[in-house]
Amino acid sequence: MYQYIYDGSFAGLLSTIFEIYDRKNWPDSIVKESAKQPCLFGQQVLVTTDEQKANRVWMGIGKKVSVLFQTNLYHTYLSEKPNAEMLIYQFMRLAFANAVNIEDNFAEDCVREIASTARQIFREKHRMEAFIRFQKTADNLYFASIEPDFNVVPLLINHFQKRYADQQWLIYDVKRNYGIYYDLIRVTEVTLDNSNDGKAGALQNAVLQQHETLYQDLWKLYFKSVNIQERKNKKLHLRHMPIRYWKYLTEKQIKPEDIR
Amino acid sequence: MNDKIQGKLKILADAAKYDVSCSSSGGKRKNVNKGIGNAEGMGICHSYTEDGRCFSLLKILLTNYCIFDCAYCVTRRSNDIKRAAFTVEEVVDLTLNFYRRNYIEGLFLSSGIFKDADYTMERLVRIAKKLRLEHNFNGYIHLKTIPGASDELIQEAGLYADRLSVNIELPTEVSLQKLAPEKNYEQILLPMGTISQKLIQSKEEKKLFKLAPNFAPAGQSSQLIVGATAENDQEILQLSDQLYQQFKLKRVYYSGYVPVSTDKRMLVTTQTPVIRENRIYQADWLMRFYGFGVNEIVNDTFPNLDLEIDPKLAWALRNRAFFPVEINTADYEMILRVPGIGVKSAKKIVSARRFASLSFDHLQKIGVVLKRAKFFITCRGKSLEHKDYSDQLIRRIILFGEGSRRNDLVKQQLSLFQ
Ligand code: SF4
Repeated sequence: MYQYIYDGSFAGLLSTIFEIYDRKNWPDSIVKESAKQPCLFGQQVLVTTDEQKANRVWMGIGKKVSVLFQTNLYHTYLSEKPNAEMLIYQFMRLAFANAVNIEDNFAEDCVREIASTARQIFREKHRMEAFIRFQKTADNLYFASIEPDFNVVPLLINHFQKRYADQQWLIYDVKRNYGIYYDLIRVTEVTLDNSNDGKAGALQNAVLQQHETLYQDLWKLYFKSVNIQERKNKKLHLRHMPIRYWKYLTEKQIKPEDIR
Repeated sequence: MNDKIQGKLKILADAAKYDVSCSSSGGKRKNVNKGIGNAEGMGICHSYTEDGRCFSLLKILLTNYCIFDCAYCVTRRSNDIKRAAFTVEEVVDLTLNFYRRNYIEGLFLSSGIFKDADYTMERLVRIAKKLRLEHNFNGYIHLKTIPGASDELIQEAGLYADRLSVNIELPTEVSLQKLAPEKNYEQILLPMGTISQKLIQSKEEKKLFKLAPNFAPAGQSSQLIVGATAENDQEILQLSDQLYQQFKLKRVYYSGYVPVSTDKRMLVTTQTPVIRENRIYQADWLMRFYGFGVNEIVNDTFPNLDLEIDPKLAWALRNRAFFPVEINTADYEMILRVPGIGVKSAKKIVSARRFASLSFDHLQKIGVVLKRAKFFITCRGKSLEHKDYSDQLIRRIILFGEGSRRNDLVKQQLSLFQ
């Protein structure tokens, strides 16, 4: 029995796969260091992350599958599913062992599961792009806190950098306690030590820019005015906008008695 | 001041809401020079109304003062309502501030006619121009042209807007004359023609010279009101078909009439059933994406769409002679016509069958809705259904299932046919 332990980064996972091939000791499990538990039977291998080795694995798989499926592998890693690492390993093993590209072989469980996981991630990313709401703080920072189901923050960089090139913004994942910050030049990963902002939702009024509440109110007002009462269709509304996303939405921050 | 702008927004958003177009797709505007906004790629629905419509644009009227008196419109001159008007700056400011907070993809601006057509149109253009040139805004802008506005203004609008629309309003000129006596078809079709010419011209120029100025890169669309007047579906769809052919419109939007008007000229006082609007949209899709001719969908024998079943199934049931279709050999066009097979599945079928002959099992995996399709196809010469069903029976089985439970009507309304 072999259990590989890595630092939790994607490069770490790829290094692990390099290590596995190097040792030819096939794994029974691959776990993040933070999630490791004492292993009573078998052997634990602690992998050090090595960018070069990681790169070789990534380039290697790049020759076996399309760029699109390579992305799927990365997305699967971001899903944080308990079996994500093993899925990626199983897929790579299959891909490396075959002369032809196997990414469309839906008879293989790992291929199917990776494809469907990647689709889930893509949907979550798309939802975040739609449902993130920035609040402007007194120091001109546009701030949004989120709690996505999956670790999609890295996937948001491209979209928001293109869209808001002339404003400083910070998107913060309060669940995973890190975020991305754009300073008008580049995007960097940041961690706030003082995370007593707590859950996703409104910032304290004190730190908001003076007109922020005005625009929030205007937006809520707008949301209310565009409904055609005669055609209300709650079922459809909820299908598009599941309640668990409402916490982000300025327009949904209304009193419970407003919800009928 | 804040109260004032809130009051205006309430009135001018409310007045704009019966306008259905909310699409922000088809934009190709990239963020350049570190400006704000990006309208590339697919549109994003930032929120949904409580009646389930996507909304991604700030949709408002510049003003609801109007010199015209169209019977079906809340904004009409003779209607006793509160009036308001935004200033150019106010609209620019709202758009930017909503956009920066990721509330919206852009602006959809329309207006009642204040003073005269050009006076109003000039302001709409000025707003778009300001957003683009002064604020380097690359989000989506849809401008509605004002009936009677000059050609020059419409051409200028196209330089800054992603999409322009000219509303045809009602399905026939006779109705238009009755309900909107100050309007006529000529006044509507003229700018449509101008825009479509400019669109073609700008495409040509772009081919020769990449940096030639954009002209409404997301094309033009139009809208008509369904159910406010007595026209049948045939008249409506024939009109749309003409608009698509002649002016190369990107979309025609249909808005089911909501009886907001108490005007005496309105003969219809009931709300158009949502299902009729849906069926018309489905028929519109068949014309645009499925290669159906308008006369195949509605004609003198069948002037109205079947409200119970979608128009594709209705066509198939009326044309049983074309079926069954052999999945492994039939043309793509014919496969597309099978109920239960959508564009995606049809494409997958023709590409997959080059590798191996397909079975029903394959079809299921590809995403074909066999429950519907099975009455109309064979696979390797075999059919899933051995009995010979009558049209009426197929219709009943598809509607009510093999058992007896009636399909949820909502479900039926929502899933556009496959
Ligand atoms: S011109 Fe437009 S805004 Fe004015 S009454 Fe007619 S439809 Fe309404």
